[in-house]
Amino acid sequence: MKRLTCPMNGPRDITEFQYLGPLRSTRAEDPSAVTRHLFYAGNPIGPLVEWWRHRPSNTVFLAERHTGTDRIIRTWLPDGSETQNA
Amino acid sequence: MPFALLRYGLRRAHRPFDDIPPTPPLRQSYDVAIIGGGGHGLAAAYYLSHHHGIRSVAVLEKGYLAGGNTARNTTTIRSNYLTQASIRFYREAVSLFGTMSQDLGFNVMFSQRGQLTLAHSEATMRSFHLRAEMGKHAGTGVEVVDARTVRELCPHLNMDEGGQHEVLGGLWHKDGGTARHDAVAWGYAKRAAEKGVEIHQRTTVTAIRSQGDRVTEIVTDRGTIRAGQVLQAAGGLNGQIAELAGFPLPIRCFPLQAMVTQPLKPFLHTLVSSANLHTYLVQSSRGEIVIGGGSDPYQLASTRSTFDQKEALAQGALHLFPFLHNVRLLRQWAGITDMTPDYSPIMGASPLANYWLDAGWGTWGFKATPVAGKYMAETIATGRVPDIIAPFALDRFDRFALLNEMGATAASH
Ligand SMILES: Cc1cc2nc3c(=O)[nH]c(=O)nc-3n(C[C@H](O)[C@H](O)[C@H](O)COP(=O)(O)OP(=O)(O)OC[C@H]3O[C@@H](n4cnc5c(N)ncnc54)[C@H](O)[C@@H]3O)c2cc1C
Repeated sequence: MKRLTCPMNGPRDITEFQYLGPLRSTRAEDPSAVTRHLFYAGNPIGPLVEWWRHRPSNTVFLAERHTGTDRIIRTWLPDGSETQNA
Repeated sequence: MPFALLRYGLRRAHRPFDDIPPTPPLRQSYDVAIIGGGGHGLAAAYYLSHHHGIRSVAVLEKGYLAGGNTARNTTTIRSNYLTQASIRFYREAVSLFGTMSQDLGFNVMFSQRGQLTLAHSEATMRSFHLRAEMGKHAGTGVEVVDARTVRELCPHLNMDEGGQHEVLGGLWHKDGGTARHDAVAWGYAKRAAEKGVEIHQRTTVTAIRSQGDRVTEIVTDRGTIRAGQVLQAAGGLNGQIAELAGFPLPIRCFPLQAMVTQPLKPFLHTLVSSANLHTYLVQSSRGEIVIGGGSDPYQLASTRSTFDQKEALAQGALHLFPFLHNVRLLRQWAGITDMTPDYSPIMGASPLANYWLDAGWGTWGFKATPVAGKYMAETIATGRVPDIIAPFALDRFDRFALLNEMGATAASH
């Protein structure tokens, strides 16, 4: 079973987590930025920074993962608001 | 006939039966280059060469013929979608399958035995009523049936009376069916090759060069070619290929996994699908039970399989048919699916004038092979996007004119 390290709870079974998709930014005033935010998420074959949530503890955090090998490179708690992290 | 047969039997020198010619050297230029030798690319090549007289066509395939998702899918063919644009499009897909064996002179083993989707809750029954009405309005064969009819259609099914997944009824789609996926690709390839289409296997597109708003050159690991028009039909890697051409697509890669059991006596005469259990089953003409289709819960561009997904599929299958518990799995696999935000494909124009898209086929594109090939060929030949595929344009995301088919593919097929 694959494990993911929650920054609050340590390594846990990956089925305990919810995937929230790639990190992306938006500015509500700019329509093309909104379209990008909603529909054009990152899709590299390589490292990708993405949002995850540990369901039981409701911890939302960031992870960097390689989308070709599925190797999890690191996980960390966001610092500040979503826009600051995007 | 008996004499011809006898003569054939007594003849010494048998002429070899050519299906698909070996890969020729690359020429410098073609009227049309097709990136991706899966069902879609090959169907487009067939329609270009047979219906539009365009024979200078190169199909560029990085692996072996149709070894991508065309080889990996679970072959559900259906048109019980939700939006009018989708139903119209997929209905023509189903009808093209109806005549495909005759049209191609190649047996694709189309078996229109009907698809049954099960409802285990009142909420699902309500959504089925909506789908049935939308379907009937657009002229496809779909109706809501009660539990008794479900039992008649599928006598071996566990109805789970009083249980957590009691079958309350179903959506019966009598037009649904299956076909032999490889044969569909081989049939198109064979007939296209007869007209002069070149199929280049083991030829990877590595770069796409453009000038202004036109693609000028396609670079492959076997050489560089020029092409008047280019069609992108690269399956799971459509997002990455568009990046080579210099623009993003609203596509994310997710693996979709499936598996197949050892052959059994025929017992399952319809396709059976359960949205709640995220499982669907079909018995192949060899007797194997094909079980699909679990999408991985996060983005990945890999065809590895996981135990979790196989376990979940097995659980669903055993719930529906408990007597399968001693049956062995023969094979299991995954394909990378190119998922769009609204679970509908992206067909037609791209930001480049001579570069056309047949992408975003995700977990549902096998059934569309003939109809996408037909209209993509027409698009390339005439430079105009036909009405029937216009709603699937890339710019629908800028216009917020999405075609939401997520509900219709709750189980991915
Ligand atoms: C497990 C699974 C089950 C499915 N079940 C169903 C189902 O029941 N019903 C249904 O309708 N659909 C289903 N699908 C979806 C369906 O398989 C696909 O949508 C469909 O086969 C897409 O066909 P295609 O020709 O566009 O792509 P593919 O068959 O994937 O062909 C694309 C080709 O492009 C080639 N390529 C990629 N990159 C390059 C490059 N750089 N250079 C040259 N060539 C390249 C690939 O090697 C590949 O052969 C399923 C998919 C999977 C994975």
